[in-house]
Amino acid sequence: MITERPLHLKKKYDVVVAGGGPAGMAAALGARDAGAESILMVDREPMAGGILWQCIHNGFGLHHFKEELTGPEYAQRYLEQVIEHDIDILTDTYIYDIDRDRNVQLMSGERGIHVLESRSVVLAMGARERTRGAIRIAGSRPAGVLTAGLAQKFVNMAGVLPGRRVVILGSGDIGLIMARRLVLEGVEVLGVFEIMPHVNGLGRNVVQCLHDFDIPLHLSTTVTEIHGRDRVEKVTVAPVDENLVPDLSKSWDIPCDTLMLSIGLIPENELSRRINLRLDPVTTGPVVDSTMETSVDGVFACGNVVHIHDLVDFVSQESELAGRGAGAYLTGHRPPADNIRLVPGDNVAYCVPHTISSDREHTVYLRVRRTEGKCTIKFGDAYAKKLLYVFPAEMVTVTLRPKFLQEFHGDSLRVDVVAR
Amino acid sequence: MTAPVYDVAILGGGIVGCAIARELTRYRLRLVLLEKECEVGFGTSKSNSGIIHAGHHSGPDTLKGPLEWAGNRKWDVLHEELDFGFERIGELMVAWDAEQVEILEKYKKRGEDRGVPGLEIWDRDRVRREEPSLSRDIIAALHAPTAGVVNPYEVCFSLIDSARHNGLEIRVETTVTGVAAVEGGLRVDTDRGAVAARYVVNAAGLFADRIAAAAGAGDFRIRPRKGEEYLLDKRLRGLVRRIIFPCPTATSKGVLVIPTFDGTIMVGPTANPIDDKGDLSTSSEGSDEVFDQVRRTVPGISPRDCIAEFAGLRAVADGEDFIIGPSAVKGFINVAGIQSPGLTAAPAIADMVRDILADEGLALSANDDFVPEVPKRVIVSHLDTAAQVALAARDSRYGHICCRCELVTEGEVVDAIHAGAGTLDGIKFRTRAGMGRCQGGFCTWRCMELLSREMGIPIEQVTKRGGGSWLVCRREDLEEGSAA
Ligand SMILES: Cc1cc2nc3c(=O)[nH]c(=O)nc-3n(C[C@H](O)[C@H](O)[C@H](O)COP(=O)(O)OP(=O)(O)OC[C@H]3O[C@@H](n4cnc5c(N)ncnc54)[C@H](O)[C@@H]3O)c2cc1C
Repeated sequence: MITERPLHLKKKYDVVVAGGGPAGMAAALGARDAGAESILMVDREPMAGGILWQCIHNGFGLHHFKEELTGPEYAQRYLEQVIEHDIDILTDTYIYDIDRDRNVQLMSGERGIHVLESRSVVLAMGARERTRGAIRIAGSRPAGVLTAGLAQKFVNMAGVLPGRRVVILGSGDIGLIMARRLVLEGVEVLGVFEIMPHVNGLGRNVVQCLHDFDIPLHLSTTVTEIHGRDRVEKVTVAPVDENLVPDLSKSWDIPCDTLMLSIGLIPENELSRRINLRLDPVTTGPVVDSTMETSVDGVFACGNVVHIHDLVDFVSQESELAGRGAGAYLTGHRPPADNIRLVPGDNVAYCVPHTISSDREHTVYLRVRRTEGKCTIKFGDAYAKKLLYVFPAEMVTVTLRPKFLQEFHGDSLRVDVVAR
Repeated sequence: MTAPVYDVAILGGGIVGCAIARELTRYRLRLVLLEKECEVGFGTSKSNSGIIHAGHHSGPDTLKGPLEWAGNRKWDVLHEELDFGFERIGELMVAWDAEQVEILEKYKKRGEDRGVPGLEIWDRDRVRREEPSLSRDIIAALHAPTAGVVNPYEVCFSLIDSARHNGLEIRVETTVTGVAAVEGGLRVDTDRGAVAARYVVNAAGLFADRIAAAAGAGDFRIRPRKGEEYLLDKRLRGLVRRIIFPCPTATSKGVLVIPTFDGTIMVGPTANPIDDKGDLSTSSEGSDEVFDQVRRTVPGISPRDCIAEFAGLRAVADGEDFIIGPSAVKGFINVAGIQSPGLTAAPAIADMVRDILADEGLALSANDDFVPEVPKRVIVSHLDTAAQVALAARDSRYGHICCRCELVTEGEVVDAIHAGAGTLDGIKFRTRAGMGRCQGGFCTWRCMELLSREMGIPIEQVTKRGGGSWLVCRREDLEEGSAA
């Protein structure tokens, strides 16, 4: 398995891609295809591929490669292309600063600290997991409280187990996948507790990871307290009312040694803040136009940095676009600038990209705020599409064709999801 | 039994024990410090607000009052000699009505009587200009420029490093179980054998009452009073520039807004009496109380910005004051009931204890080899780019990132391990690795690997903070009942 090729680090690059996960790899390839000559992809882990290496389950690539792959297989396919396309890869290296003139500061154990110039930058740093502090679970602070992603790293990358008797809080996809993974390792998984009345991960994961392994799922229930001095000894759980307030009179204790959290991801935007990009308060990622360019010239962003995706296939798609944008920025063959702003309306939390152009086709990603049965998604009066159901955990993807926008002469389009 | 090996045994390595130990290394003495946790400072001293109080908070008829101000004045020299962050950022005590303004006047007068400089009452306009995030309902504030902030755990580590360099012997994970008079001194029993010393200083924080009682050296009681604190995301850095105190009521100092030395905003603490001295849990009531109250002072603060929380226990003696002095048992000195402002006062308490020991007959002759300074730690994130480049070129470990949120390198983690950090929390409080936004999601495994490598232990023996705080196990261990 090749994961890298020898590298003579240049002082100046056409494109530096920050992050070598699925987003970074697709962006690097997109930039190459659009004419960028020297491209450097940087990742802080010892190997490019990002979180995919620890996702040893299948379910990747159905949309993109039209076949079902495991995470590492998906990573490997991309990485081979990246290497074939002569893209420089620098791993175990951390980008800790980028300024508005796109000077990139790198830290690496092997090569020390470097400052490079880059004509354009693609931000593809991914996301981090929400932790205990973000939801302020009461109780003590023992060892044995960890995020699902860290547990996944322990089990799949390091070959050690996070504990013996595990309670899972939150029904995000990584948590569901890890529930099954831990059972397969012989760990007792005592249940998945979700404060919302619905699961936060994909439906197929509920079936394949919980039902098939008899792992109890408790909806509208949350962990209210952690007990134990040195190591977790038990957790208290309680059902919640419609305002998500726990009813402690109905609480019960579960003896366990581990509490695993799968309570969501947050875009990783340390670098975006350093460059002073304009951020969307809902996604917490950068505001982007239809080429995935941010508010700063020549700086592009894609993948979980921009908004949290459920499927890697869409990350690849969006990121290739960002890479192409960076390439076009260099060659000057840029498409016409955007002329329409998308404004989230009824039951729409956000739309990405934030602006589009009436002359070409766009894929618009959005999330709703509430679950809804049969409904219609409307882009002003320009376009409407019927949906069978929507719910916050599943991203909605809509393709907007130029023919719908030709009749539209305003400068902003309100996007609503309304019941039928 | 032969003559005691040590001149002084210090029981407890909190800020008070550490400050006393370091002060005593200025003299030619054989010293030992015994601490039950895996690191010094891991009692109350790492879990507090980190404020060096301005000097006007504690009442005049207490021991606390003069010690607060005497302590405050010693921090600049300590900061120069040792290696911890300290800045006199000043504090504002704010008032919402005329009655409270009178209270501010009282505090001002109290401070001035004591000699605290720079106290000034600011009107509404001045408050708004200096701290625009404060509530519009605030009508006046008492400014005290002498208040400062420190990272309290860093102070403990640094004091103990200094003391160790100057000859202190330290034993961690050693719990004192009793003290008895023996020929020529006192015998201190621990779960790891006995230690004999001519003098014993009881600085065991919450447990000082038990040790005193076991020695027959006091019948005071120490009751824990819990304080919960909440740390906010770095996004809010700069929201306030000074420590903000609400005007105190008869029962409470209130909930403060503290720009910690690292720039993270912290809100708290609560103050609730509890029974269990091991109960460091936080509660939803505590969090509601903190965020409800703090919104009166700084309306822009929301629980949504919380990234971490913790609780600390104040060691409260019956009369609410410090108990410092010799006891009925010859050679046994109590330093107990050191609640707030114990951190502030610690350097002055150390001087006081030194004088008490001298009065009790301990001969103090200067240690000519005493070096007040400690070698400064390397902190990569504090260097400019050129210095970072040069350092990483010299030793590549300082270019290898370990904690990305706080920008901590492998080199710094290895330094911490060699300075005595043997656990994940030890590394965290020495280097900040794991304190940032992702709360260890990225660096936990890296730090575990470094602990395993540097200490030559298998990964499953790495702990969060010693004892039974194991982090991972192996498949083979699943059958067994207990942890690795
Ligand atoms: C929430 C909170 C906020 C505070 N804020 C401030 C502030 O802003 N400014 C300020 O000046 N003060 C503050 N304080 C007070 C300050 O933290 C304390 O006064 C100070 O830490 C006390 O130090 P200590 O060394 O006496 O106690 P500790 O730090 O508790 O040290 C006692 C040590 O003795 C050890 N020990 C106990 N029993 C044994 C035994 N049997 N054998 C061996 N070792 C033993 C313990 O493990 C511990 O390490 C605050 C306190 C709290 C709780």
